[in-house]
Amino acid sequence: MKAISKISGRPLIEIKDVSKVYGQGQAVMHALRGINLQITNGDFVAVMGPSGSGKSTCLNILGCLDTPTLGTYLFMGIDVGKLTRNQRALLRRHYLGFVFQNYNLLKRTSSIENVELPLIYRGLPAAERHAYSLNALKAVGLKGWEHHTAGELSGGQQQRVAIARAIVTEPTVLLADEPTGNLDSERSRETIELLARFNRDKGITIVMVTHETDMASYAKRSINFIDGLIVNDKLQETS
Amino acid sequence: MLWNAILLALREIRRNIMRSSLTALGIIIGVAAVIIMVTLGSGATAKVTKQISSLGSNMLLIRPGQGMHGPGGRQSTASAFKVEDAEAIARDISGLEAVAPSATQSMQAIYGNENWSTTAVGTTNAYLEVRDWPIEKGRRFSKSELHGGKAVCILGSTVGNKLFGGQDPLNATIRLKKLSFRVIGLLKTKGQSTFGTDRDDIALIPLRTLHRRITGNTNVSVIYVSVLDGVSIEMAKKDIERLMRERRHISQREDDDFNVMDMREIVKILSGTTRVLTGLLGAVAAVSLLVGGIGIMNIMLVSVTERTREIGIRLALGALEREVLLQFLVEAVVLSSLGGIIGIMFALTTSLVLSKVLLVPFIFNIGIVFISFIFSVAVGIIFGYFPARKAARLDPIEALRHE
Ligand SMILES: Nc1ncnc2c1ncn2[C@@H]1O[C@H](COP(=O)(O)OP(=O)(O)OP(=O)(O)O)[C@@H](O)[C@H]1O
Ligand SMILES: [Mg+2]
Repeated sequence: MKAISKISGRPLIEIKDVSKVYGQGQAVMHALRGINLQITNGDFVAVMGPSGSGKSTCLNILGCLDTPTLGTYLFMGIDVGKLTRNQRALLRRHYLGFVFQNYNLLKRTSSIENVELPLIYRGLPAAERHAYSLNALKAVGLKGWEHHTAGELSGGQQQRVAIARAIVTEPTVLLADEPTGNLDSERSRETIELLARFNRDKGITIVMVTHETDMASYAKRSINFIDGLIVNDKLQETS
Repeated sequence: MLWNAILLALREIRRNIMRSSLTALGIIIGVAAVIIMVTLGSGATAKVTKQISSLGSNMLLIRPGQGMHGPGGRQSTASAFKVEDAEAIARDISGLEAVAPSATQSMQAIYGNENWSTTAVGTTNAYLEVRDWPIEKGRRFSKSELHGGKAVCILGSTVGNKLFGGQDPLNATIRLKKLSFRVIGLLKTKGQSTFGTDRDDIALIPLRTLHRRITGNTNVSVIYVSVLDGVSIEMAKKDIERLMRERRHISQREDDDFNVMDMREIVKILSGTTRVLTGLLGAVAAVSLLVGGIGIMNIMLVSVTERTREIGIRLALGALEREVLLQFLVEAVVLSSLGGIIGIMFALTTSLVLSKVLLVPFIFNIGIVFISFIFSVAVGIIFGYFPARKAARLDPIEALRHE
C-alpha cells in the first residue's frame, strides 16, 4: 500500500474547489465554500480556526466519511467522488485512521476490543490483533485499562482509546479531530509527542484539528479556517 | 468474513445481554404458547375421539321417533318397539354380531341402610356384547333367568360401591322398586361418558323381569345392534331401516317414525368440534407468537439509535455494508434460534406435565414444532435485520450523527 504513494509524484491528498452545503432553503448552511488543499506524503498538518468554521467537515471529507457537495477530492490520485460506497470503505480500512472529536467508541465494549475492531476488518488473526492492540493502548498510556468498557472510562481516557484505535493499523494518513481536546496539559503533550514520533519514525501523514497553538507548533504546517474558507496556510519550524 | 461476522455477532450478544435475552424471551414465549396449545388441543381431541369410539364404533342404536335426542332428550310420540322387532332384526338381517333390546326405568336401589337412585336397564346378555362391556365378577344371566323373568341383577361399579362399599355384593339381595333382586354379577368400570354422565351408575336386569314385574308392558325403548367386523355399517343401517318400515307399515310417501343412529356419526361430529377447538387454540397461540414478534420489534426499534451509531462506527473503521449486515443477520439468527430451541424444550416439558395433570394423551406434533420454529426465526430475522439494513446504507457520518 505504501508503494502507491511512493511512485506517484502527485500529492497524497488533493482537494479542488470543494464546498459542502448542509440543509436547504432558509436553513441552508455553507460549511465549506470552495477550498483547495494539497498535502504531500509524510506531512504533519495542524488545522486551526474558530468553532463552526468547517474544520470537522473538511476532515470528514478527507477521511472519506462524507462526500463534498461540489468539487473533487483526489486521494493517492484516485477521485474519491467516483468510487462506490464499498470502495470508499476499503480506502478507510486500509489507508485511513480517524480520531473523532466525540470519540465514537462502542460504549459497552472493552477498550481492547474497541482498538481491535479495525484490525478485525483488516482480517488479522486473533493473536496478532491482540498484540498490536495491547501495544497501541500502552502507547497512549492505558496499560491496565484493557478490559474496562469505554463507558467506564473518563473522557480523556476514552479519547486515548480512540487514538489507539486510529494508530493501531498504522494508516497512511491519520486524521485527528481535536485529539487532545479532553486531555490535561501533561497528557496533551505526551499524546502530541506520540503523534509527532509516528509522523517522524513511520512516515505517517497526519492532519490534526486543534484549538491550541502550542499543540499546533508540533506540526510542520498549519492551516487556518475561517467561515468555510482557508485563510492562512504556512509552513512552520517544528519544535 | 463469515467467521468475523460470527465473532462480532457473539460479542454484541454478550455485551448487550439484557437486549439479547429480551429478544430471545419474545421468541420463547411465542413458540412455547403455540406448541403447548396445539399439543394439548390435539391431546384433547384424541381423548374425546377415543372415548367416543369406546362407545362402540360398530354400534347402531335404533329408537322410535325422529331426530337425535341426547340422553334425557324429549320422548317421542311414535309407538314403541316390541321384543319381536329385535328378534326380527336378529333373524332377518345378516352381518350382525349381536342385537340387544332394552328398556329403562329409574328407581331406588336399597341394601341394608344404603339407598341409591339409579337406572335399571332391562335387557339380554347381548347388551354386554354390543356395548363391549365385560363382567368383572360373577356371571351373566342364565337362559332360565332370562326366559323366566327371574329377579336377578348385574350391577354397574358405581351402584356396587354405593350399596356395598368394600363388601362383596355377589349373591346379596338388594331391593329395586320394592322387589328383592339377587346380585349375580358386577360390571367392569367404564368411566364417564363423553357427555359427562356416569355410565357405571346402572343395574342390569332381564328384560322380561322388567316387563312383567315393573312396567307391566312389553315396550322396548332402544335396540342396540353391533355389526360384525368387515361388514358395512351403512348396509346394515339400510337393511334395518327397510325392515322396520315394513314392520311398522310405513308407506312410501311417509317418513320414518324411528331412527337408526350410527355411532360413527357422533364420533365425526364430536371430533370435528374438538378439531375446531384445537384450531382456535392454535389461532390464539399464533396471535401470541405475533405479540412476541411485536415485542422483539419494539426492542429492536428502541435500540435502533444505539445500533445505528454502532453501524456508523463500524462503517467508519472500514467495514463493508455486507459485513455489517452479515453480523446483524448472524446475531438475529443466533438469538431467534436459541429462543426457538429454548421455547420448544420449555413447551415440550410443560405439555408433558400438563397432559399428565389434565389426563389427556401427550401427542408430539413435529409439524407444529417446525412451523413455530421457522416462524419465530423469521420474525427475529426480519425485525433484527431490516432496521440494520437501513442504517448500513447511510453514509458513515450520517449514521454517527443519528439521534
Ligand atoms: N450535519 C449538519 N447539518 C447541518 N449543519 C451542519 C452539519 N454539520 C456541520 N454543520 C454546520 O457546518 C458548520 C461547520 O461545522 P464543523 O463541524 O465543520 O465546524 P468545526 O470547525 O469543526 O467547529 P468545532 O471547532 O466547534 O468543532 C457549522 O456551522 C455547523 O453548524
Ligand atoms: Mg469540529
